Amino acid sequence: MSEFFAMDGYAIFLWPAYLVTLIAILANVVLARRAHDEAKHEARRRLAVEDEGNSP
Amino acid sequence: MTVSRTTAFSAAWLVLARDLRLAIRRPAQLIQPLAFFAVVALLFPLGYTPELGKLRAIAPGVLWVGALLASMLALESLFRDDVSDGTLEQFVVCGQPLVALMAAKTLAHWLLTGLPLTLVAPVLGIALGVPVAAMPGILCSLLLGTITLSLIGAVGAGLTLGVRRGGVLLSLLTLPLAVPVLVFGARATELAIIGESLMGPLYLLGALAVLGITLAPLAAAAAVRIGLE
Amino acid sequence: MNWTWFHRLGSPPHIYRIAGTLTPWFAWPAGLLIVAALYSGLVLAPPDYQQGEGFRILYVHAPSAWLAVMIYGVMASAAAVGLIWRMKVAHAVAASCAGVGAWFTVVSLVTGMLWGKPMWGTYWVWDPRLTAQLILLFLYLGYMGLRAGIDDLGRADRASAVLAIVGVINIPIIRYSVEWWNSIHQAPSVMKMDRPSMPFDMLAPLLMMLLGFTLYFAAVLLVRLRAEILRRERTASWIREVLR
Repeated sequence: MSEFFAMDGYAIFLWPAYLVTLIAILANVVLARRAHDEAKHEARRRLAVEDEGNSP
Repeated sequence: MTVSRTTAFSAAWLVLARDLRLAIRRPAQLIQPLAFFAVVALLFPLGYTPELGKLRAIAPGVLWVGALLASMLALESLFRDDVSDGTLEQFVVCGQPLVALMAAKTLAHWLLTGLPLTLVAPVLGIALGVPVAAMPGILCSLLLGTITLSLIGAVGAGLTLGVRRGGVLLSLLTLPLAVPVLVFGARATELAIIGESLMGPLYLLGALAVLGITLAPLAAAAAVRIGLE
Repeated sequence: MNWTWFHRLGSPPHIYRIAGTLTPWFAWPAGLLIVAALYSGLVLAPPDYQQGEGFRILYVHAPSAWLAVMIYGVMASAAAVGLIWRMKVAHAVAASCAGVGAWFTVVSLVTGMLWGKPMWGTYWVWDPRLTAQLILLFLYLGYMGLRAGIDDLGRADRASAVLAIVGVINIPIIRYSVEWWNSIHQAPSVMKMDRPSMPFDMLAPLLMMLLGFTLYFAAVLLVRLRAEILRRERTASWIREVLR
C-alpha cells in the first residue's frame, strides 16, 4: 500500500499534481453553485423590492 | 452646387493625410516611441554585460521586444484624440466603410511608429554588436513585423476604447497575439546576424502581415463600433 | 426546416429550465467516469517503459490541458453566436466559460511543471505545449480583464466576443509559431507521449478522463449559465415562477 503511495519515488510530484487538479475540480463546482445561489438570492431581493414599489 | 461623391479610397486617403499632418505638428510625440526603444535596448548592456559578443547573442530578442513594447506604447494614442473630439464617431456614421478608415488609421500609425522604429533598429543593433552585414535582413524583418504589430494593436486599441486605464489592458491583450511575430522576427534577425538566409521566417512574417491586413481592419472596425455605442 | 428549436435556445427561461434538468445528466456520468479513470489510471495501468510511475501525471495533465483549449473554443463559438445572431443567452454562455477555462489552464501549467521536474530536473521548461498553455492563460486573463473593464454589460459582451474570436483565430497560429520556435532551438520537450502508439491499458484511463472532464465542464457550465441568466434577466416575470 505504501508502495503504491510512494509511486517509485515520483510521489512528491504525482500526488500534488492530482491534488491541485482535485482542488480545481471541487473549487469550480463550489464556485458555480455559490454563483447560482447568490444570483437566486439577488433575484429574490430585487423582486421583493419591486413588489414593495408596486403595492405600498 | 455640385456634390462630388467621395469614394472609400479617397476617404481613407483623407484620414491618412489628416493623421500624418496632425502628428507632424507634434514632433515630440513622434520621438517618444523611438526614445523608448533606444532606452530599452541600451538598458541591456548595463543590466547584463558590455561584451559585444554576448550582446550579439541576445540582440534579436532585445531588438524585437523593444520594438514590440515601443509599438504598444504608441497604440494608446491611436484613437484617444479621435474619441475625445468626436472624430471617431464621425468615422462610424459618415457612411464610408469603417474598414477602410481603420486601415487608413493603422497605416498612419505604422508610418509614424513602426517605420521609424524599423529605421532606428540598425543603429541600436550596432550598439548590441550586430554586424553591419545583418542590417538589410533586420530591416526587412522589422518592416514586415511592425506592420503586423500595428494591425493587431489597432484591434486592441479599438477593443479598449473607454476602458479605464486601458493602456495596461491593451498591452495584455495585444502581446499574446504578437507572439508569432516576435518568434519569426527574432529568428529572422538571428539568421541575419549569423549570415544565413532568412527567407523562411521572412515569408512567415509576410504571411502574418497579409493575414493581418485582410482581417485586422475588419476586427478593428467591429471593435470601434461596439466601443462607441 | 422548422427553426423554432433554435430560437427557443435564445429564450432565457427556456434555457434556464433545460440547464437545470440537464445538469445531473452530465454531472453524475462525469463523476463516475473520473473515479473510474482514476482507479484504472493509478492502479490498473502498467508503469511506463521510460518514465516509470511518473507518467501517471498525464492522467490529470492532459485532460486539464484539453479543457483549457476546448473551453476557449466553446467560449469563442458562443461569443460568435451571440455577436452574429444577437442572442443574449450565447453571451451568457461565453461569460460562464472564462473562469473555468482559466482555472484549468493554471492546472495544466502546474501539473505540467510537476511532470517536468522529475523528467528534466527543472520546474519550468520551454516545452512548446507548456509555452502555448501559458500564452493561452494570458488570452483568458485578457478576456476577463476586458469584460471587467467595460461597465455596460452589452458592450462588454460584444467587445469580449470580438476579442474571443480574434483569439481563437490566433491560437493555431500561436501554437504553430511556438512549435516552430521550439524545434529551431531544440528546447527540451516534456510531453512526448504519443497517443496512438500507447498500449490500450494506458490509453483507456486517459480517454475516460478526457470524456469525464468534458462532461464535468458541461455540468459546471450549465450551473454557471443559470447564475448568469438570472443576473442578466433582472426582474423579468418568468423569474418569479422559477424561484417559487
